[in-house]
Amino acid sequence: MTVHSTSRNFKNNARDQLANEDLQAALNKARGHFVDGRSTARDNLPEFDALRDQARDIKNHTLEHLDFYLEAYEEKVRESGGHVHWARTAADAQRIVLDICRSVDAKQVNKGKSMIGEEIEINKALEADGIRPIETDLGEYIIQLRGELPSHIIAPAVHLTKAQVETSFRENHTELDEDRVLEEPLSLLDEARTILRKKYFEAEVGITGANLLVAETGSSIIVTNEGNGDLSQLIPKVHIVLASLEKIVPTLEDAATILRVLARSATGQEFSSYTTLSTGPKRDGDPDGPEQYHVVLLDNGRTDMLGTEFEEMLRCIRCGACMNHCPVYQSVGGHAYGWVYPGPMGSVLSPGLIGVDEAGHLPNASSFCGRCEEVCPMHIPLPKMMRHWREREFESHLSPGSARVGLGVWAFFARRPRLYQLATGLQMRALSWMGRKRGRLSSLPLAKGWTKYRELPAPQGRTFQSRWKSGERV
Amino acid sequence: MSEERDQILSSLRRSRGRSGPVDDATAETLRARIAGHKRNIVPARTDTDHPGLVDLFETMAQKVFATTTRVSDMAEVPDAIAEYLRGANLPSEVVMAPDTDLDAAPWADNSMLEIRRGVPDEPDQVSITSAPSAVAETGTLAMYSGPAHPSTLNFVPETHVVVLPASRVVKSYEDVFDAVREITADPESGRGGLPPRTVNFITGPSRSGDIEQTLLLGAHGPRRLHIVIVEDD
Amino acid sequence: MSDGPRVALFVTCLVDLFRPSVGFAAVKLMQDAGCTVEVPAAQTCCGQPAYNSGDRADTIAIARQVIAAFEGFDYVVAPSGSCAGMISKHYPELLADDSDWSARATALGARTHELISFLTDVLEIKAVDAAFEGTVTYHDSCSGLRELGIHAQPRSLLDGVEGLHLRELEDSNVCCGFGGTFCVKYPDISNNMVSNKMEKIVATGAETLLAGDMGCLMNMAGKLQRDGANVRVRHVAEVLAGMADEPAIGEPQAGGEPQDGKV
Repeated sequence: MTVHSTSRNFKNNARDQLANEDLQAALNKARGHFVDGRSTARDNLPEFDALRDQARDIKNHTLEHLDFYLEAYEEKVRESGGHVHWARTAADAQRIVLDICRSVDAKQVNKGKSMIGEEIEINKALEADGIRPIETDLGEYIIQLRGELPSHIIAPAVHLTKAQVETSFRENHTELDEDRVLEEPLSLLDEARTILRKKYFEAEVGITGANLLVAETGSSIIVTNEGNGDLSQLIPKVHIVLASLEKIVPTLEDAATILRVLARSATGQEFSSYTTLSTGPKRDGDPDGPEQYHVVLLDNGRTDMLGTEFEEMLRCIRCGACMNHCPVYQSVGGHAYGWVYPGPMGSVLSPGLIGVDEAGHLPNASSFCGRCEEVCPMHIPLPKMMRHWREREFESHLSPGSARVGLGVWAFFARRPRLYQLATGLQMRALSWMGRKRGRLSSLPLAKGWTKYRELPAPQGRTFQSRWKSGERV
Repeated sequence: MSEERDQILSSLRRSRGRSGPVDDATAETLRARIAGHKRNIVPARTDTDHPGLVDLFETMAQKVFATTTRVSDMAEVPDAIAEYLRGANLPSEVVMAPDTDLDAAPWADNSMLEIRRGVPDEPDQVSITSAPSAVAETGTLAMYSGPAHPSTLNFVPETHVVVLPASRVVKSYEDVFDAVREITADPESGRGGLPPRTVNFITGPSRSGDIEQTLLLGAHGPRRLHIVIVEDD
Repeated sequence: MSDGPRVALFVTCLVDLFRPSVGFAAVKLMQDAGCTVEVPAAQTCCGQPAYNSGDRADTIAIARQVIAAFEGFDYVVAPSGSCAGMISKHYPELLADDSDWSARATALGARTHELISFLTDVLEIKAVDAAFEGTVTYHDSCSGLRELGIHAQPRSLLDGVEGLHLRELEDSNVCCGFGGTFCVKYPDISNNMVSNKMEKIVATGAETLLAGDMGCLMNMAGKLQRDGANVRVRHVAEVLAGMADEPAIGEPQAGGEPQDGKV
């Protein structure tokens, strides 16, 4: 399956998004909510940081014995009457889902939000097979109308202004009265709610993701606020769960620990409106619920990350705190990253899943400010792993030639203090002389990256080393 | 099994530096870890007596925009619900869970409410269910699917009314999990040694922030969640 | 011969090349606090440019150079959170698998400090004897803040400076957009970040901006000046050492001539 990404074009994407006024307005509105929300939630729970430590330990333990827990999980799913399908690649996963849909002659599939669904491009595959996928999460529904990818892993439409949503609704809900007023956000919500309401009852298959899988009981857990995921899995005949392998935890208690840090880190809520455990198909005598329950376990590069310097990325619980706090994401938004996973977590995960030659820009476009790691509920060392991607690129000569040469020259001198001091001494005196009138330089050969937007402060004159060497003291 | 399954498990084991599954001793330890389902940190905010827990539950539920009312016994429930619906200008046709817990209330005595027992359809506006448990920690209701508990009642209608005996308020999610395990082990539960198919943790009504981060209630699930706390303890 | 600690100054490449007066301010602060300060000649850079570009080999070579030059002192102090962080946190990691150098890296790392936190946390200086008239605002450089926990220390010392009034900077803990090579590799994004920072700086109404890292300072000064904002930028050490009569960063030297320094 060819992966469709524009990550190679990150620099241009970023430039376009910086000039995108709608995006910048939307980002400015959203930023404070997430940052303040998390901060307040943390203040209101004294045990928050201790829970993060435990959450990290749970995931580390699970990853250490991942095969055991996956097999234990599979056994329990079967016991409860469900099916587990193992998908090595995205193409495998697509095939499995299509086979299940065909087996019940599905015409429509209702979707709760699933990032794995995005990763395997399941909507495209369904449509190609003549099956209609309906996104029920409000944000996903909006971007489905617009033919866009989500720009954030929990708030898919965060890049849009209210006006843009209104435009999309007017363009697509053509059966409704043209003169209707859609000024208030509530009117937009109500319109979406009404349109989707009927659709809940029309699908043969419902697809959800899974925030967690529990080995103890064979349960899948979804965490939502809208209730769309629940309506998508309770009403249709068939419930398909799309989950990547590392979602598994040993027990319900382990799940509770992670759930306590998930919503708080994501939106600042203490618990999401709906946290649902599903175990198999409906029981005999249940008046509602799906007749079939299928879990698709996806690898797609994750087992290759285990045992490498990127293993810690598999602790990610997809809360989005990193991107909410990342100054780069907050400047360019999620679409600039060009694929499914944006922000710091996307910068570490994407090269692992789609290759560093495709997604190499992502781990490079970071100032390593460290805010992501600071807020990550699972203590994932994101900057460190971005640096490892840079190392991989450097070793395989993927970094731009000119940068390598520049670095090589610099390193040559940096490793030879006497030569360095000689060379820099001369350079700094020259620069200082050039900038003597105004104290700074507005342009300089080879420094375009700097001087495009900033003045370059001129050196004071002789270097510190040279002055100290000649006996100057305080 | 399947080829993909084998490939995935081998790849996984290779990455872990093993040629096969974990050894027997490790497997035994891991099985014991699952069976022991030890609790991790449970926040201290629930370290209070039971009336304190009920107050905490109510406060937390209100914070997330559920509305609440307290009555002293089941006899008062139908009138309390009818009054709530009237006050909020809501229809009095309701669909109610065929739950024997709810049978204890004198529904027939309240002429306003028109009650149908069973599964909701798309046009239903109001549902009434009981809740088997409620978590004080975050004001969260716990609902289990079962023959008398269609889960769709929690999601389809725009207004969801929940009858909650105060004695059922517990401290934490872990308490609910212990209860679920008891149900699983109980041959009388009618679920064949399995847990309830669906366990819903419900914290306030449905909401979305997808439009310019404006908090809106009633995205797809209920717009209103009204909890009638019956002070039975 | 003083009884105080023997400190080796890691001057940092940006201070060495662009603003030696910060180095002298650092020396003065430590001498006033009773230290003997030496400046090992065999120093160039801590290696971050290579490290953050993925060039581990050159970084390790530079790290060994630094360790060899700076061993044998009581402390190593740098007027920079990022350089001090590089030496104290990253060198031990880089050399963890090197049987010859691992212990030496760890030992050196344990003795390496950023300047301001060295004064407050190690030497337990409560106040400096300095005066500075005017309002200032303070930017928390990322490495110093997140790797080394530097936040209260500069504020506590600035608090004791006579005549100085500190106005807190909104989003003081948000990256200014420097990030080493990041700012020249991704100038558009960096510009967006420094523009946001500039807005917040100007909004404080402060006359002077202070921070503890030259990279951040040059980045912010360069932007403030390009956009014509009337804010002077200095390294916090200059103010604390009472040496803030030097022209500020990016301002011309008196007399329009490069500074040769006093001999």
